[in-house]
Amino acid sequence: MRRIGIDVGGTNTDAVLLEGTRVEHAVKTPTTADVTTGIVAALRALLAGVPPDRRRVDAVMIGTTHFTNAVVQRRDLTPVAALRIGLPASASLPPFVDWPSDLAAIVRGAVFMAEGGHEVDGRRIVSLDEAAVRRAARAIRAAGLRAVGVAAVFSPIDPSDERRAAEILAEECPGAAVTLSHELGRLGLLERENACLLNAALIDLARRTTRAFEEALAASGLEAPLFLTQNDGTVTLASQAAAFPVYSFASGPTNSMRGAAFLSGVGDAIVVDVGGTTTDVGCVRHGFPREANGVVEIGGVRTLFRMPDVLSLALGGGTLVEPDPLRIGPESVGFRLTEQALVFGGDRLTCTDLAVAAGLVSLGDPAAVLRLPTDLVRAAVGEVHARIAEAVDRMKPDAREIPVIAVGGASFLVPPRMPGISRVLAVPHHAVANAVGAAIAQVGGELDLVFQNMSREAAIAEARRLAEERAVRAGARRETLAVVEVEDIPLAYLPGNSLRTRVRVVGEIAGFR
Amino acid sequence: MAEPSRPVSLEEIEQLAVGAWILGAGGGGSPYHGLLNMRRLYAGGAVVRLLDPAALADDDDVAVVSFMGAPLVTQERFKDPQAIARAVRMMEEYTGRQFRAVMAVEIGGGNGLAPFLAGAVLDLPVVDADAMGRAFPEAQMTSFAIMGLRCFPLTLADVRDNAVIVARAADWKWMERLSRKACTEVGSTAATCKAPRTGREVKEAAILYTTTKAIRLGAIVQAARRAHEDPVDAVLDAEGGRLLFRGKVQDVARRTTEGFLRGTARLEGLDEYAGQRFDLAFQNEWAVGWHDGEPRVMTPDLIGVMDTLTGEAIGTETLRYGQRVTVIALPAPDILLTPRGLELVGPRAFGYDLDFRSVFGPPA
Repeated sequence: MRRIGIDVGGTNTDAVLLEGTRVEHAVKTPTTADVTTGIVAALRALLAGVPPDRRRVDAVMIGTTHFTNAVVQRRDLTPVAALRIGLPASASLPPFVDWPSDLAAIVRGAVFMAEGGHEVDGRRIVSLDEAAVRRAARAIRAAGLRAVGVAAVFSPIDPSDERRAAEILAEECPGAAVTLSHELGRLGLLERENACLLNAALIDLARRTTRAFEEALAASGLEAPLFLTQNDGTVTLASQAAAFPVYSFASGPTNSMRGAAFLSGVGDAIVVDVGGTTTDVGCVRHGFPREANGVVEIGGVRTLFRMPDVLSLALGGGTLVEPDPLRIGPESVGFRLTEQALVFGGDRLTCTDLAVAAGLVSLGDPAAVLRLPTDLVRAAVGEVHARIAEAVDRMKPDAREIPVIAVGGASFLVPPRMPGISRVLAVPHHAVANAVGAAIAQVGGELDLVFQNMSREAAIAEARRLAEERAVRAGARRETLAVVEVEDIPLAYLPGNSLRTRVRVVGEIAGFR
Repeated sequence: MAEPSRPVSLEEIEQLAVGAWILGAGGGGSPYHGLLNMRRLYAGGAVVRLLDPAALADDDDVAVVSFMGAPLVTQERFKDPQAIARAVRMMEEYTGRQFRAVMAVEIGGGNGLAPFLAGAVLDLPVVDADAMGRAFPEAQMTSFAIMGLRCFPLTLADVRDNAVIVARAADWKWMERLSRKACTEVGSTAATCKAPRTGREVKEAAILYTTTKAIRLGAIVQAARRAHEDPVDAVLDAEGGRLLFRGKVQDVARRTTEGFLRGTARLEGLDEYAGQRFDLAFQNEWAVGWHDGEPRVMTPDLIGVMDTLTGEAIGTETLRYGQRVTVIALPAPDILLTPRGLELVGPRAFGYDLDFRSVFGPPA
């Protein structure tokens, strides 16, 4: 199987061509403002490196931080109409509560609340007030709003009210992009609704971006299905990703962890990705990143996204070092490393200079750091090593020894030995681990529902069946699906032996020639 | 004597939310939504006053409020300040008496903020006291029950036009059964006003100044975080608590029996506890802890499991594999350590055949 993986980062667009499990070619090109030009250039450079008869590929996977950046930087967001269904319950905390005011000012187009929704045991709170939904739909059209987020109380248990609202919206404001909260996930109305509203705000951008990706692909002459990578290390067809941009929020760290695991051939490890400004430390199990369990904030908004559990340190190759008293970071020269670091002829002392002075790497002009005091170099490198070792220790899944995979442009800062670590692996192509991670992504499906009056085994089997359906719809080949996560939590106080069951399955991409 | 009542700032409410979560001893649900409600009420001009219980007249009437139900349900059906205010008004109509103030039945978890929601809507002060000094799962686990006070009436309000009055109950356990049934019917979440208390009963049978204690605890955690100091140490210093174990969660087993979240967790030691093991058992709240198989801490001593790094309290529903946690014990209010107290809230009340032994030694 031949795949191209592309990572569109803030600074660089990386592309790799994988033949089976071998990296055939890899390139790094600057990211452009319009994204498309950068991808076209990366694809050209990549294809130029292989003979014409080897330019056929089975799939192209793109990973991008575009959507997170839009939220974090408050740009390219569409105003959203929020429709909450659940009155008279949950009235005290309306949609957009606890959003940062600057973000709410951009995204909050209108707020409507209607009667409806369900109880935890599946009964109705009250019947859906269709007339109120219809009035809201007409007001949405009158206000010229084109994006709508609908969240009903306990919709993960019974989504019928959200679906009915979508039908009414389709009748009254045709063409509006409607996001339904139950399609995004878990129990926790506020967090699920937040995800839903962010998704609605990003749909325009997602459609434009995926179209740009498709055009870039067409311009490069490649004929292959286009996938977008998601937070959990899987991919989804670009057409489907355009409807759920929030699922692609954290694909950067995920791809780097997946790529590292793949390049090293080690599935269970701690991955340390040292860039110019930050070090991301994560944990992979069976080649997939461990997910964060709790609340994840995106641009100041609480969500319950499927996100990798990543510990970020303000420490990288460009991090500034003050000698007396010794202080390392958090400031970094960032992408100006190649102008400002001592070894590159600049006048700022960075972690890269320390590494060159300590003989950990040869870069630039080693003579520029000859006069650094040995004590300083030893103390500072010791401090950098100690910080990384502590982060690694914090991310370890248990007390057993586990390998560390070091990737990223400044991976030379990773200490060669750490307590509780069996070995530190350096891998080829580590600088393009992200793009490799995109190239090897699989298709996943997840289900998170409360089951009642069912045995544990029956509930898990049913959850698995539904998760597999979702994976197949997202483009997976059914016979390759495997369960990667099963979690069940009995729910306190609730009648009928309630069991919240979460199952995630992954599989290979279907439809290859 | 100090001023009988004083306004509580929004900053203190934020601190109360942090402190109440720690005093929840693993249960009581997260105070996050209560905090959001309070921010909105304060933004609308509300200011709640905190009343020194010593300032209560013996014949003042005090409303004892709480949200009853499953913490998970309130993740979808939010606690409603109007509903808790309605439960209080219902009680006034039923008894024909006006309340002088409101108070919490439990300071721990989300219910620590419940009287503030009611107080903001009804413009009543909140008494600086509660009836548990922490959180407990059942109605009979209060200082009022320990002191043998009357358990009825109880009013229960739903967000729909449903209202229930439990006019009488044979004892506190019957009150628990009857009200739990009604609560489950209306969706496993309801606003309740418990049996009203007189000023004298509050002064004699409540656990006093626990609101101030929770605010102080929250302030200490916030200050420690700002100063990049260890928030767990700060809590222990301030409350005379004891660090019992530091480790990493190795296993969590949860199951629902008789309407409660029960289960066990195993921690594997880190640092000076390397090679050792700590087991925890819970029924909504942490109940018993064993160090290398030996009982080390048990209810009613407050058992806290905190994120080792942030000092954030971790609930029995949110503890997960791999978390690095510190187990601490905080002293329980004296009344819970009396023979009658131990009967209602000691280890045997939770099904553990253990004689209560406090981490802090025998009661003075």
